[in-house]
Amino acid sequence: MATAQARIETGKAVNRRGWWVRNQRKIAPYLFVSPFYILFLVFGIYPIFYSLIISFFKGFGFAQKAFYGLGNYLFLFQDPRFGHALLNTTEYALGSLLILNPLALICALALNSIFVRWRPLKDFYRVALFLPFITSQVVITIIFARVFDTQFGLLNTLLGWFGIKPVGWLSDPNVVMLSVIILGVWNFLGGTMLFWLAGLNGINKDFYDAAAIDGANRWQSFWNITMPLLLPVTFFVVLQAIIGSYNLFAPVFLLTSGGPSDHSLTLALYIYNQAFQNFNVSYASAIAYVMTLFLVILSIFNIKLFGSWGAFESVQ
Amino acid sequence: MEQVQVTTGISEDANLIRARANPRRRIGLIAGTTIINLFFVILILATIIPFLYMAFGAFKTNGELFATPITFFPAQPTMANMSALLSNFPYARWMLNTAIVAVFGTILSVLLSSLAGFAFAKYNFRYKNALYIIILVTLLIPYQVLLVPRFEVLQILHWFNSYQGLIVPNAVGAFGILLMRQYTLHVPDEMLDAARVDGASEFNIWWTIVLPLVRPGLAALGIFSFTALWNDFFWPLIVTTDPSMFVVNLGISSLVGPYDYQYGILLSGTLLAAVPVLIVFLFFQRQFIAGLTQGALK
Repeated sequence: MATAQARIETGKAVNRRGWWVRNQRKIAPYLFVSPFYILFLVFGIYPIFYSLIISFFKGFGFAQKAFYGLGNYLFLFQDPRFGHALLNTTEYALGSLLILNPLALICALALNSIFVRWRPLKDFYRVALFLPFITSQVVITIIFARVFDTQFGLLNTLLGWFGIKPVGWLSDPNVVMLSVIILGVWNFLGGTMLFWLAGLNGINKDFYDAAAIDGANRWQSFWNITMPLLLPVTFFVVLQAIIGSYNLFAPVFLLTSGGPSDHSLTLALYIYNQAFQNFNVSYASAIAYVMTLFLVILSIFNIKLFGSWGAFESVQ
Repeated sequence: MEQVQVTTGISEDANLIRARANPRRRIGLIAGTTIINLFFVILILATIIPFLYMAFGAFKTNGELFATPITFFPAQPTMANMSALLSNFPYARWMLNTAIVAVFGTILSVLLSSLAGFAFAKYNFRYKNALYIIILVTLLIPYQVLLVPRFEVLQILHWFNSYQGLIVPNAVGAFGILLMRQYTLHVPDEMLDAARVDGASEFNIWWTIVLPLVRPGLAALGIFSFTALWNDFFWPLIVTTDPSMFVVNLGISSLVGPYDYQYGILLSGTLLAAVPVLIVFLFFQRQFIAGLTQGALK
């Protein structure tokens, strides 16, 4: 109404402003989301394509490159170090899935059970277990350097009280990945427990009452009500485990540098080494793309198994 | 009375009363409570003891740090490590860098994410679905694919060793937009329409109406961003090579290795680096946890 009046009173002069007032509602959303897309264009899309292109080249440093075709990829498949990196990364992912998540789920169930009745105590447990989640990877790595130390470490001292001989947590090739997994469990138990708690609290209590009336015992309730209704959270948590394994960098970079003899080399560390220490950037890009391929395949499996519960609802 | 959440069985009170009444179940209840609580206490000890060991280590002399058997409490507490840290390294500068990156990065992230979240929550525009899917897809892209080219982009922009280089590339993320969209969906459309009738511009609507109403979301995202930015180590590793531009986490990581024998200094640096986020967390726990669980229940 204001615009109509203005147009009558001042004639043509206000047309431009009227156009803006009339159309801003249509244009505004595009303006609002543009910062993200501009940044994404420069730091996301361009890098993705550039990375793909240079993976087909060969050359050291960021300058001269010669076309190499699929050479980098062919080399990758018979590169023993890549095999090690893939194996270690997969071990860590399995550790997340088979150790961290069940443990976190058990903690969430225990926290919610009648065995923990006092509300302030429950809050205290939650907060205390969450502390490692908010500390930086570097701080955690330095702390665990002292925990895993063969001579002066906390773990070996603890084992010593039980008469167990010191373990070379970071020096024994067979144990080193387990040490990284332990570090990961310590790091993410509190946070993962919180995810599971959120999922548990979202389950309608009436289901349990109905089941109890029908004569179901605790175990049956758990498997037939709790587990299925936790599927969306399971999907999210499995995704986090996979992504976390691919991002694993700081602990192996600072504690072991991928050693001993590549037994704690992860994909992230291998890519970093190739790109910034060997300056073999094209090969690093090739590794990154193969890794992305694995990620896509695993994500598809994840969606098939756990994702059927509206995890990807369209915009409404 | 606060009802404890249940995972199995009928309402909690009934269960408790029944358990307490029946002598056999009562023993089971007491035994279970003891065991479970003991389990948690052990877990918490396992969580906190490494922290405390690090914290106390910052005040031990080097001789004590490398003594066997290891000690927990410092026998002769000393401030030598702290003072050596602050005088030999630009630690205060590192803290300042980290604070600048964390604070400005958080403000930028929260504002831009809220703006985009508002657009996706309250507007219908062409390509909206496609653009939204693009945002979801970015969550899946591993950063290793972007690593090398981003390095070159930084080179072109001359953003190495700069605050812009540290803050801008990761300013707006899919997580933030999705989170803010969740919170913005709850803003009543009538308020927005009323504002439009009153002649407010779209930007004004966002600034004066939507922002105050989504304050819990802003707080959750803010805390989360602050923590992520403060703790980030990898991107500063790529962007900065000049020690005076290091963030504190990168700074202490540069002490690992060369200064291993001066462990006390390393530990005191670590302690100081971990404390700010700890304090922020203790004050804003609820917002933090809210932001985290909102993402899980997407």
